[in-house]
Amino acid sequence: MKLATMFQAGLPYLVLTGGLLVVMIGVAIKRTHAVAAVLTIVTLIATTLSHIVAYSALGDGAVQIDPMFKINGVSYLFNILFLLAALVVAFLGSEFLNRQIRFKEEFYLLLLCATLGSLVLPAAVHFASLILGLEIVGISLYAMIAYPEKARPPLEAGLKYLVLSGVGSTALLFGMAMIYAGSGSMEFANSLPSDGSLEGQYFYLIGNAFFWSGIAFKLSLVPFHIWTPDVYHGAPSIVTAFLATVSKGAVFAVVFRYAIEGNVLDSGNVQFALSVIACISMVIGNLLALLQTNLKRLLAYSSIAHMGYLLIALLVVESNSALGYETVILYLVGYFLMTLAAFGVVSVLSMNQEQELDTIDSVSGLLWRQPIAGAVLIVSAISLAGIPLTIGFFAKYYLFYAGIDGGMWTLIGALVVGSAIGIYYYLRIVFTAIKRPLDDAEAMTGLPWTGLGILAFLGLCMLAFGIYPTHLIDLIQNVVQASGF
Amino acid sequence: MSVMLLILLLLGAGVVAWASERVNTTLPNWIALITFVATTLWVLVIWFNGPDTAGLYADLNCEWIPRFGIYLHLEVDALSLMLIGLTTFLGIVAVVSSWTETKTRHGFFQFNILWVMAGVVGVFSAFDLFLFFFFWEVMLIPMYFLIAIWGHEDKEHASMKFFLFTQISGLLMLVAIVALVWINFNISGVLTFDYDVLKDANLDSTTSRLLMLGFFIAFITKLPSVPVHTWLPDAHTQAPTAGSVILAGILLKTGAYGIIRFVVPMFNEASREFWIWGMSLGVVSILYGGYLAYSQTDFKRLVAYSSIAHMGFILVGVYSFSKLGTQGAIITMIAHGFSTAALFMMAGALQERLHTREMSKMGGLWVRAPRMGAVTMFFVVASVGMPGLGNFIGEFLVLIAAFKKSVVLTVFAALGIVVAAVYGLSLMQRSFQGIPNPDVPKMQDFAFREMSVMVLLMIALVWVGIYPQSLLQMTAPLLPGLLRLTS
Repeated sequence: MKLATMFQAGLPYLVLTGGLLVVMIGVAIKRTHAVAAVLTIVTLIATTLSHIVAYSALGDGAVQIDPMFKINGVSYLFNILFLLAALVVAFLGSEFLNRQIRFKEEFYLLLLCATLGSLVLPAAVHFASLILGLEIVGISLYAMIAYPEKARPPLEAGLKYLVLSGVGSTALLFGMAMIYAGSGSMEFANSLPSDGSLEGQYFYLIGNAFFWSGIAFKLSLVPFHIWTPDVYHGAPSIVTAFLATVSKGAVFAVVFRYAIEGNVLDSGNVQFALSVIACISMVIGNLLALLQTNLKRLLAYSSIAHMGYLLIALLVVESNSALGYETVILYLVGYFLMTLAAFGVVSVLSMNQEQELDTIDSVSGLLWRQPIAGAVLIVSAISLAGIPLTIGFFAKYYLFYAGIDGGMWTLIGALVVGSAIGIYYYLRIVFTAIKRPLDDAEAMTGLPWTGLGILAFLGLCMLAFGIYPTHLIDLIQNVVQASGF
Repeated sequence: MSVMLLILLLLGAGVVAWASERVNTTLPNWIALITFVATTLWVLVIWFNGPDTAGLYADLNCEWIPRFGIYLHLEVDALSLMLIGLTTFLGIVAVVSSWTETKTRHGFFQFNILWVMAGVVGVFSAFDLFLFFFFWEVMLIPMYFLIAIWGHEDKEHASMKFFLFTQISGLLMLVAIVALVWINFNISGVLTFDYDVLKDANLDSTTSRLLMLGFFIAFITKLPSVPVHTWLPDAHTQAPTAGSVILAGILLKTGAYGIIRFVVPMFNEASREFWIWGMSLGVVSILYGGYLAYSQTDFKRLVAYSSIAHMGFILVGVYSFSKLGTQGAIITMIAHGFSTAALFMMAGALQERLHTREMSKMGGLWVRAPRMGAVTMFFVVASVGMPGLGNFIGEFLVLIAAFKKSVVLTVFAALGIVVAAVYGLSLMQRSFQGIPNPDVPKMQDFAFREMSVMVLLMIALVWVGIYPQSLLQMTAPLLPGLLRLTS
């Protein structure tokens, strides 16, 4: 591979790293919130645009950089998705920092760092790059979660995430070591045991058991989900939005790579274990969400269920990898939009409050008190429930199609049951938001226009893709095909 | 093309009505009313222009999501046209019946009514299964809003129940649709959701049975038939008048339409084997619905349960697998739309005047409001099945057809007419006749606004009752295709 091609393909990473350094040096020279925010946003936009240049380097397939990275079109799609999400977080975050936090500038450093880590994962084809990316995301997130320095809950959440995510990473590392012991290679493509010996098989299986436990931790799949509601609840909403979208999406991107390159789903045991995890995540996530009275905790449990749904896309990779990729990317686009919107609403509403307005009751009558935020919250709840006119419906449709294509009838059954339970609590949000507001409920004023504008944009995107997803679907399909799946 | 314009007109008018709320609170009502009158006239024009050579009144087929072979395929044949006409006409009734009922957010109210109707028109004209499902779900959300925002005391529970029942059964249908498409794709190599292609899909009998069940459950939930009927009485009692009119008059018909249009032709063999179940469910609904109707003390609940009984006739008719039975079912759909819409409008009017739906607090109202009494009497006897009015024709045709299939079941179904007379007349007696209730010293009678709609509904019912041939003639050419008769 020519060096020039490698540089061209790696351009987004270089731009992002460069921007990160500029922001860091800028903060070191003089603390100015506006400058840091603008630099961050410019960096994110520039990185997104650099994918246009980089894409032409790919030619008809992938660009391999060392054994560590293999960049293809699909990696870029994931990247762009993460960058746009980071952009939303940066915009909403700047308002939040402006109004609530004393030391603002480091937040942008952490955000850019976490984004860089999440960009590493879709390109990783090696256990070393996998752990590299995961830890960059993870370590930045510890700090981001605990960012408001005076409040207790964020600190608690940050510590909880630090410890439990550390445990997850440990399991992951141990699993990798076992797989390496069996195969003698850290590359995904050569991770199968090198000889047919029974010993090698055991290493492989136990290794994978640990590996997937670690991954399940990161994706908060049942039974490794315990940390999720506490951390989602404790973290500032805007960080929760990032945690729930980008960090989850990035992990999905890399496990798809591992599943395809390493043919890990050929192992019936792994497949069975993942199916079981998927089923119980869908059912338990939704059941526990029913009991919540706090919006952020509710969304946390619902995200557990959504991660369970997404495993269907992962499992179909074994028989039809192109469909698996299409499904996961479309689903993530939808999931990102609705999750960012939902947490965004909480964040924007809480801009002027000491404590976050995150109980379900606090959005009572929201549609009438603050029409934009209320409408966006309703659209996002309807979309999360997978009802037409929103992107969530097409996302769910893709899952059904993928599940049927893979003949996974049990999982489809769990998906139907899970969605049915889900409708109940999503609808409760809708019902609360359209209630007649109490007489003493004050109208919401003084909310930032940038925040409301971004929320409205997210809402319109959900509706637009929900009515005419054709171009999005075509784009994803073309890129997936061009990447050789 | 014209049907797409119709849908867009309804959607657009919804937005305009919502926006016009700022100008004047009655303006949204007028916009909705004018839209429905205009669309009804439009449908009539299409009706009188007659079909083209293929028997279609309107046709549109363009790409929507080529990745999955999904097309924006809208077709209007005689069956669709009748139901679309019913939809727009009942739109007028819905708007007029709730003219003064809503106290808040008039614009958003009319917006929801117009959007439900747009969804329903889509359901009745979609010939692409994906599109059909899309509209099927789209019409739910505004309906949910109608119940959840403007409903009565227990609206949260009722709206939730309504939504859950339809959504869950809808999910089963979605699975069945996707599975059908995927199986057809594996057999023929063509990925398409087109109705005309899929109805000839070469399925083995087990698959066909399973997929049929997916559709069937969704449709009988909407119809509704026993045992998935429990959402209906709650939704009806809590819904505002316009919501009840739409729900009973039109939304229930989408379930019946689905069975006639999709279940029977697409899974013909499987449905024919299934006839005894379909017909028995119908008979059980007729008798059980009638029994429950009789034991209600709530005016609206009684009418709601009677709907379940009437919808039972549709199942019996369709599952008799004869031309006559299907035509009877179609006439029942139309006639029931008119008569129940009127009764729900009456229930709404009573509630607006007396602030109660309890019949024990009524009694002798005829003296207070003779016009309302007479109108109620007319629609009650229509609903009971008086010859000369539409409902009689439908139920009679159904019974004749069913008699050939199973004498026993027909005997029981016919008993339903007796039960209908019992609860119908008891409704009349308890509310309008008897000793005038001293707690109700005076009550405002129907004015011109309400009477004009009622008269229109009466004319419609008499027309169906005396000259049903006009409808039978229109649907006759469709029947061989719908029933997959080989001759």
